[in-house]
Amino acid sequence: MNIAPLFIAVPLFTAFLTPVLSRVREGIADVLSNAATATLLALSLAALYGVHTKGVIIYTFGGWSPPFGINLVVDGLSALLLVTISLISVMITIFSTKYMDRFTDKPKYYTLLMLMVAGMCGVVLTGDMFNMYVFIEMAAVSSYALVAFGCESDELEAAFKYMVLGSLASAFILFGIIILYSFTGSLNMAQISSIIAEKGASPPVQLCFALFLMGFGLKAALVPFHAWLPDAHPSAPAPISAMLSGVLIKAIGVYALSRVVFNVFGMNMLFSEILMILGTLSMIVGVLLAIGQWDFKRLLAYHSVSQMGYVVLGLGIGTPLSILGGLFHLFNHASFKSLLFLNSGAVEYGSGTRDLHEMGGLKEKMPVTSATSLIASASIAGIPPFNGFWSKLIIIVAAVQAGHMAYALVAIVASILTLASFMKVQRYGFHGKLKEGLAAVKEAPAAMCLSMIALAAICTAAGLAFPIVLRYLIDPAVSVLLNGLGYSGLILGG
Amino acid sequence: MAMCAYFMCFLLLLIGLYCVVIKKNLIKIVIGLAIIEYSINLFIVLIGYRWGGHAPLLSDGMKDWVYVDPLPQALVLTAIVIGLATLMLIIALCVKLYEKYGTLDITEIRKLRG
Repeated sequence: MNIAPLFIAVPLFTAFLTPVLSRVREGIADVLSNAATATLLALSLAALYGVHTKGVIIYTFGGWSPPFGINLVVDGLSALLLVTISLISVMITIFSTKYMDRFTDKPKYYTLLMLMVAGMCGVVLTGDMFNMYVFIEMAAVSSYALVAFGCESDELEAAFKYMVLGSLASAFILFGIIILYSFTGSLNMAQISSIIAEKGASPPVQLCFALFLMGFGLKAALVPFHAWLPDAHPSAPAPISAMLSGVLIKAIGVYALSRVVFNVFGMNMLFSEILMILGTLSMIVGVLLAIGQWDFKRLLAYHSVSQMGYVVLGLGIGTPLSILGGLFHLFNHASFKSLLFLNSGAVEYGSGTRDLHEMGGLKEKMPVTSATSLIASASIAGIPPFNGFWSKLIIIVAAVQAGHMAYALVAIVASILTLASFMKVQRYGFHGKLKEGLAAVKEAPAAMCLSMIALAAICTAAGLAFPIVLRYLIDPAVSVLLNGLGYSGLILGG
Repeated sequence: MAMCAYFMCFLLLLIGLYCVVIKKNLIKIVIGLAIIEYSINLFIVLIGYRWGGHAPLLSDGMKDWVYVDPLPQALVLTAIVIGLATLMLIIALCVKLYEKYGTLDITEIRKLRG
């Protein structure tokens, strides 16, 4: 039994069953989606184990072998992303059971969420370019709808902005895929990469790289393309913000870009230089814009831009150590940024505000939220022994080793500014005197606390036991990217 | 002749981009997006087309004929369906925005900034 198609089938069937079955009973949507994400988590751990013991798992649709049919590929990199996606979505669905009571029509919310998860799993599994476009659109369209879920004026405005830029990005991605098809005559990633290896990086390939950089860069919110993110991510309901910032921009942005650049085109000096510059720009511009924000969620959204810069810088440097750091930071960012967005959701649930001016002294009233947000802030700011420290350290050391002193310096400065802005969050949000009107604030319900505590535990555990995480989760993914064009031999030969 | 078709297709893409970037009306922006989509769909069909080609049905005695590439036609159908879905959603957003703000002018719809 091949487990690869289940990652798409399970959330997809849940998405269709949810609205049907919740006509029978309202509460069934909660149970169904929690069961689906828990199944996904178990499956992704099984996939990780399978990659360790048996190597790459390949599934072919309808039994057509790779160059002719569509295939799904579970390798180290896909397994890392699958674990990240399913881990965060488990936490999100647990959190949503209580948080989403504020909104009407929970079943529709779960349907969209499950469609988004199915799309993301599809993107990280597929070995076919056009199939990847279809899954990207699936994840993206449901995320547009989820951003607008509250249907208030600013949410609609953010969703419109997000959707115009997102559709533009998708159009460029499709354009790139078609040019690649007319150049190589194939849509299978493995075959395209072997044909490009023969023909060399000629102008059509560079045009495709430019189109993909624009398309995936928009989806990943790298700096010249980041304008939509600070509007869209805060406007969504808190669990969705966590999902968007935590995994969506990674799965359909950074993952897709790195898969195409490393395994299909083959990394070269030009691509590496461009990725490094974009990464560094995102890092510094994101954090500079974040530091002046007073809206809790907007501040977090700007930090997503900045932290994605670290990931892209790590991937762009292209040495084994830097890729290790970049992918480790990708996993870490998913854990602590989701946690921070869930914290902001819990604060909003309790006190009804997300303006840092109006918060203050919430430490006594919301001990769990306050403690977990302290752990997440320490992780994102890079304070040892939490996970963010190690991944940033690895990226900076790798940059110095590769001789990119300037980039390493910018990374350090951005890290210090991140620390400053999270000191501000802790100082104004949770410490200090209790503001008037907040006396009646209560701690968030148990389900919400549970997922926050679990994420905080992941942040701490991944920090304390980082050699184990690196060895079992990140190393297989690094070897996939380092293998580069060897990817095609692995798929077509196997 | 073939180059001319590709050139016109690219021109259509640029018209769509112009429309999205410059126009202030929500509906016109949506039309711009649709034009971009159509230009790319046209491009997909164009790269599969062979001048003087036949439908790709294989039977006896037709071995030497030139066939059009059938794969892009399958792709374009998928792309059109996805385009329809995004268009529906974005139009629904426009309707809701009009209900909330009472205008379709993008310069007056600015609660978010920074």
